[in-house]
Amino acid sequence: MSRPASRVIPIAPVSDDTGEMVSLYAKQATIHARSVHGWFAAWRWALVWLTQLVFYGLPWLPWNGRPAVLFDLGARRFYIFDLVLYPQDFIYLTGLLILSAYGLFLFTAVAGRLWCGYACPQTVYTEIFMWVEHHIEGDRQARLKLDAAPWGAAKLARRSAKHAVWLAIGLWTGFTFVGYFTPIRELGGEVLALIGLAGPGSAGPGPWEAFWVLFYGFATYGNAGFMREQVCKYMCPYARFQSAMFDHDTLIISYDGGRGEPRGSRPRSLAHDALAAQGKGDCIDCTLCVQVCPTGIDIREGLQYECIGCAACIDVCNGVMDKMAYPRGLIRYATQNGLTAGQSRLDWRRVFRPRVLVYGVILLLISVGFVTSLVLRSPMRVDVVRDRGTLARLVDEGRIENVYRLQIMNATESEQRYRVVVSGIAGAQAQVRDEVRLAPAESRWVPVAVQVPPQSAAALGPGAHPLRFEIIREADGMQPAASVSEKSTFVVPR
Amino acid sequence: MSDFVAVGWPLFIAIVTIAGLAACLVLLFIASRRKVMAGDNTTGHVWDEDLRELNNPLPLWWMGLFVLTVLFGALYLVLYPGLGTHPGQLRWTSQSEYESEMARGRAQVEPLYARFTTMSAAELARDPQAHALGERLFINNCAQCHGSDARGSKGFPNLTDTDWLHGGSPEQIAQSIAQGRQGMMPPMAAAVGSADDVRNVANYVLSLSGSPHDSIAAQIGRTKFTACAACHGPGGKGNPALGAPNLSDRIWLHGWGEEAVVRMINEGKTNLMPAHAGRLSDAQIQVLAAYVWGLSNGGATTTAAAK
Repeated sequence: MSRPASRVIPIAPVSDDTGEMVSLYAKQATIHARSVHGWFAAWRWALVWLTQLVFYGLPWLPWNGRPAVLFDLGARRFYIFDLVLYPQDFIYLTGLLILSAYGLFLFTAVAGRLWCGYACPQTVYTEIFMWVEHHIEGDRQARLKLDAAPWGAAKLARRSAKHAVWLAIGLWTGFTFVGYFTPIRELGGEVLALIGLAGPGSAGPGPWEAFWVLFYGFATYGNAGFMREQVCKYMCPYARFQSAMFDHDTLIISYDGGRGEPRGSRPRSLAHDALAAQGKGDCIDCTLCVQVCPTGIDIREGLQYECIGCAACIDVCNGVMDKMAYPRGLIRYATQNGLTAGQSRLDWRRVFRPRVLVYGVILLLISVGFVTSLVLRSPMRVDVVRDRGTLARLVDEGRIENVYRLQIMNATESEQRYRVVVSGIAGAQAQVRDEVRLAPAESRWVPVAVQVPPQSAAALGPGAHPLRFEIIREADGMQPAASVSEKSTFVVPR
Repeated sequence: MSDFVAVGWPLFIAIVTIAGLAACLVLLFIASRRKVMAGDNTTGHVWDEDLRELNNPLPLWWMGLFVLTVLFGALYLVLYPGLGTHPGQLRWTSQSEYESEMARGRAQVEPLYARFTTMSAAELARDPQAHALGERLFINNCAQCHGSDARGSKGFPNLTDTDWLHGGSPEQIAQSIAQGRQGMMPPMAAAVGSADDVRNVANYVLSLSGSPHDSIAAQIGRTKFTACAACHGPGGKGNPALGAPNLSDRIWLHGWGEEAVVRMINEGKTNLMPAHAGRLSDAQIQVLAAYVWGLSNGGATTTAAAK
């Protein structure tokens, strides 16, 4: 059986009536997707549960007497379990973004828009909102009826119930989101104070907190309740550039036209073996695949840019095939090459092609580097700044003195003591006025005077000479000593 | 404050801005009235044999967003300065924003200092939290001149010794910080006499502190010291009320040795410590003064964290 290597997707006109004039701005028809059950839908729900348990749960998790995850923008500290990140660690955000990008490249090259179909927040929240809709207003047919029905008490009750639940989910989502930046228990107290449930003297949320809760809540409500597929079609940049990672060996949701066409209805009694003789393909044209599609396309016309790879049509079509006692897989994950070659199974040799291997290796390298760098991260940071007011001065017994400021930052969660040692010039001595003791996650400027004996200074001659500071964190019962070394210069006057 | 002084410019800017907004709306209106033929909704362009550009309708909400941005722009121009010299209904300026932020900042740190207002300088110098605050205030406001270690340099007094030009009590230090000080040494060459007289008196001054000097010249210059004694005292011990330095110690703020002293007598010197009353609150000055006082009077030697 020979198939064309590629088929031209017919351009769907905006209206069937040729000659009709259409406005450049069109009101979008609401898509009422039929609910779907099956293997891939189960995976999607598993990911909904997983991602949302993490998202809604993490802010509540206590850790060392603080929230496990807190992005404290005011204090410029990011707490992630045992890790405390500082503005200086911004490079890790870059690392995280690169990791996410290569992860996306890798599984997009292998299996198309997996992220979109299963794990993207837009999909996940839409799924949750559609579940609510399904349980309050009924499934597709009931919802279409409700849309067409005149306004009455029953319709009003269902609609307002649906929006109330949506708004509640949206607000809770906004509250959770802000809970990553303000400790969520405090935020909860503030919200309780706002609605008058807390004791007297408790303050409500600050204006920015309130704004972000409402904004993020509204965005959730709007995007998952109303915008849905519009976000993927018109707004999302990832949706556009993921097609650049597709090739002919990428798994896509595909309708096996060779097996399905010519489509049409047939009596249930007709056995699968007898179809060919009747001149019928396997597709019974029940249009269920169109009804379940969240973006409202017909997958039987081939891959379209709207397809988010959610596999709802695969689940529903497999159900129909089971009912008809036909083999499954009329709509299935398949590659362009596989379809052309008439394969019904995935060819694993084609999965590990150069592109995938390169993405995989880069992802692995960056992951290893990222984790290593986090593990070996220094528990302190030091900056040495020379005083600008005085380059050098002469003190008792002809010693030359330079003054420095050390900004020491304690990147741990316990109090630490430090010593300063200088090297690089014979006889150089560092003098610190007080004992250097830093509270958890504190950073402090510490003035340090360095004195060099006259004979060393004479040997060096006038000018700037390299000097090395070593800042040593004293060992305590918990951890060994650690040290950071910083370069600076020592000026000998003329 | 407008950058444009001529009358025409603000008007020109306002007209261009409003016309731009109006043009956006007109364009939207025209586009919304335009129709395309439904049958073949491609633009007619074809690339690579079969790539065609579709001219599908834009979603209506997208147009709604356009209208909203125009409305937002219009509202912004009413409320905020944007149309030439129009100040905006909210009377917002970057200066008022700065001032309100500063006021908010001051209000935020006020409770921090509440505890310290009733404490004496000695208590403050011993208090770890006050010490940490003082250290930070010093690094941010004083270290530029007096050095991070407060030991000063030529022309900028050392704050860690016991030699004070204007008195070293916490109150006097606080006054120095708040009001500033002006050190004024007039050119005294005319009162002293000839160039030789100046050299001789300089040697006498050096002899007061046992610094290297020519003892014969010092003997001759001794009588000429009366001109200096008016401020520096008969023994050259200085006078904190006038800010006249002690000449009998080995601390030389403006340089040490015969040359430096001669130049000082000939040319005089005006030295300025700026006033900080406008920049720091009274409580901050009190904490800072106690910190500086503690530098030479055994302040806190262990610093705990400032919460």
